[in-house]
Amino acid sequence: MLELLAEKLHIPRTQVISVVEFYTFLHTRPQGEYEILISDSITDQMLGKQQLMDYLAGKLQVEVGTTRKDGLVSLDNTSCTGMCDQGPAGLVNGQVLTSLDTGKVDVLVDLMTRRVPVTEWPADFFQVRDNIHRSGLLLNDSIGKGEALQSAFARGLDETLQELENAGLRGRGGAGFKTAMKWRFAKQEQEPERYVVCNADEGEPGTFKDRVLLNSYAHEMFEGMTLCAAIIGAGKGFLYLRGEYQYLYEQLQQVLQQRRQSGLLGANIGGQDFNFDIEIHLGAGAYICGEESALIESLEGRRGIPRNRSPYPVSQGYLGKPTVVNNVETFVAAAKIAVHGGDWFAARGTSQSRGSKILSISGDCRQPGIYEYDFGVSIAEILGDCGADDVFGVQIGGPSGTFIGNAELERRLAFEDLATGGSFIIFDNSRNVLDIVQNFTDFFAHESCGFCTPCRVGTALLKKQFDKIRQGHGSAGDLVELEKLSRLIKNTSHCGLGQTAVNPILTTLERYPELYQSQLKDISFEPGFDLDGSLETARKLARRNDPAAHLAQGGE
Amino acid sequence: MNLKAAARLGGRIGHFSIDGVRLPFREGQTIMAAAMEAGVYIPHLCYNPEFTPHGSCRLCVVRSNGRHLAACTTPAAEGLEVESHTDELQEQRRELLQMLFVEGNHVCPACEKSGACQLQAVAYYCGMLAPELTYFYPQRTVDASHPDIAIDYNRCILCELCVRASREADGKNVFSIADRGIHAHLQINSSTGKLRDSDLEVTDKAAHVCPTGAILPRNLGYNIPIGKRPYDQKPISLAGDVADHEESS
Ligand SMILES: Cc1cc2nc3c(=O)[nH]c(=O)nc-3n(C[C@H](O)[C@H](O)[C@H](O)COP(=O)(O)O)c2cc1C
Ligand code: SF4
Ligand code: SF4
Ligand code: FES
Repeated sequence: MLELLAEKLHIPRTQVISVVEFYTFLHTRPQGEYEILISDSITDQMLGKQQLMDYLAGKLQVEVGTTRKDGLVSLDNTSCTGMCDQGPAGLVNGQVLTSLDTGKVDVLVDLMTRRVPVTEWPADFFQVRDNIHRSGLLLNDSIGKGEALQSAFARGLDETLQELENAGLRGRGGAGFKTAMKWRFAKQEQEPERYVVCNADEGEPGTFKDRVLLNSYAHEMFEGMTLCAAIIGAGKGFLYLRGEYQYLYEQLQQVLQQRRQSGLLGANIGGQDFNFDIEIHLGAGAYICGEESALIESLEGRRGIPRNRSPYPVSQGYLGKPTVVNNVETFVAAAKIAVHGGDWFAARGTSQSRGSKILSISGDCRQPGIYEYDFGVSIAEILGDCGADDVFGVQIGGPSGTFIGNAELERRLAFEDLATGGSFIIFDNSRNVLDIVQNFTDFFAHESCGFCTPCRVGTALLKKQFDKIRQGHGSAGDLVELEKLSRLIKNTSHCGLGQTAVNPILTTLERYPELYQSQLKDISFEPGFDLDGSLETARKLARRNDPAAHLAQGGE
Repeated sequence: MNLKAAARLGGRIGHFSIDGVRLPFREGQTIMAAAMEAGVYIPHLCYNPEFTPHGSCRLCVVRSNGRHLAACTTPAAEGLEVESHTDELQEQRRELLQMLFVEGNHVCPACEKSGACQLQAVAYYCGMLAPELTYFYPQRTVDASHPDIAIDYNRCILCELCVRASREADGKNVFSIADRGIHAHLQINSSTGKLRDSDLEVTDKAAHVCPTGAILPRNLGYNIPIGKRPYDQKPISLAGDVADHEESS
């Protein structure tokens, strides 16, 4: 197979291997007839993933991480599949399985044993719900097909870019770069061949709002991309769709086809001298490919290694040409702003964070799902709406974001205070913060691309160091080493992954030093050792982990 | 335009400083390139002025305005004040070096590159003593299939100098990196994955740029006895990089 691919592509066999080994969903060796991957997100774990995995592995008589001898089934873990409000979730031959329980597992095992093709399995296995519980500016509003483009052409493209600027729209992928400025940069480039890329990699654990937008607001997203193309002068666009969302592929293709038929894609769009089309590119299981330059590398068919900047993608992106990369939600917002004007958007939110934000809420609450709020809303209000009591803390912005404790619930959602790409995971008082941090630390070690020393070796060391402490073999010195290692990884890593991979440790070490301390081996407590004092740097560092610091290390 | 090309073209001259010392730079030049030209040593492993900067080892990370920057990929700028030889940064470098040592299997006393190895020399320069971090003891192999060149994967630090040299200088594509995270590894682009079946020749640039003892030309031999090797004589800040010495051998 590898040889065949190499031959067809006219590349060395090893080049195929180098790419295949990089992506979780590609393999150098054949997998089982049924390949099952269970989501290992903290939210799935909180919904009983581990017991379910043990049960499944037992029933199937297969060890996790292996293929059964008869080749019927392979079973493994995978990073968050974006079904946190309907977990435990998994994938079977690339198709999403939601709300798994032992009853479903029994049926599933029976189907596989009888070798029933996945296409003939009961539909409710694969049902994915939107679970929109609170709609705001974006989700409430509906624009007609082509309406944003019509408005933009009527108003003028430069004027529309100005509206976008007036709106104060900032990127919704987490880093918060001003969208109009990004488009303007691309537009001003000398090189006439330009590209638009929609980032639908949505890999941050606990984020699933793009999945809902892709499912129910695809027209608006494609319209936003087309608008961007018209403004910057691009002829081609890509939707980079994470492999986990492969089930949406056909449906999205149909939307594109409809748009072509309506003259909203293709040649002379809107009767203008404007040609543009969009291609869907599937990811294959690599969180790092959400980082825009790694995404571009992946689009070009390579391992997803983040590039050096500058040059930035807006000047040298896909194939070295000017490329705008934006999040799904950013494009949806841009399309609506083109219709309603900048003031419509800018009237909501805060001074630095205009408009609204769509949140993916999961974890310990009665009603997990999608909630849209104007920026500036307090965490307490959000928790009240989704039915979270007995809150211990909230992970805001996913593992790469910030953990806040229940003393900080009056803080606000905004780039000025707590920034988020959309992940909002709630933990109640029954949860152990160290379990959470361990899950996140394992996640980053698994997802490190391996390019730079501190992240490649450092995240693997953190994992070892954390396990050692959890197993009760840690001394006070190990804790100090943990903090020192974290600081080094944060300071010296090449990209945002490494720079934020240590946030779970630093933000919790700052808030709960006593929890860490309680894990230490008693005998190793050197009398007079001032652990608290030694961890001072951790606290100082963590305090710097405010939205402003977060911005600088984000995707821009 | 890449930084190297810009630097070669000349361009406007500006000034910046490293640890308080004022240095000139040509527009487009990186902090590292300007420093090297001025004879100011910033520890580095994946940098070699002949190839596209990589920015992966992170040894050259310096500080400016409270931000950490890789000197080898960051352009110098007028008035930029850079800190490099501070206690904090040297401590960081020691820890990064420790990571490289524990990630692979480096048995310096038994290595023929000892004394001429850049990894060892930089570690010595930065004051790194025995690693305190947990060793990974990975299972790696040695490829002795090629008549003129041997490769010991135990000593590879994934700097990709060989990868770049092969592509950029030799016009070949002998090396590549596969897998990800801590499992990332160097591989040979040949039908068998063996060096013998690749088109690497001992006269290739790629055979002479490895900063460690991972790629060793066999027949050219390292005839210089221990004690007389480049870094036995002088610290790396004065002796220069491995690649410079390889060239004259
Ligand atoms: C490790 C890493 C993962 C990222 N993952 C995503 C992602 O899944 N989706 C996304 O939109 N942006 C992601 N980003 C941010 C992108 O690099 C980029 O900033 C963003 O797509 C720009 O779009 P925006 O300005 O509309 O937010 C990630 C960044 C990093 C460093
Ligand atoms: S920080 Fe991690 S993910 Fe980013 S380049 Fe370095 S190894 Fe890769
Ligand atoms: S073999 Fe040498 S030059 Fe090549 S990547 Fe490894 S350490 Fe670098
Ligand atoms: S020399 Fe700059 S990162 Fe390696």
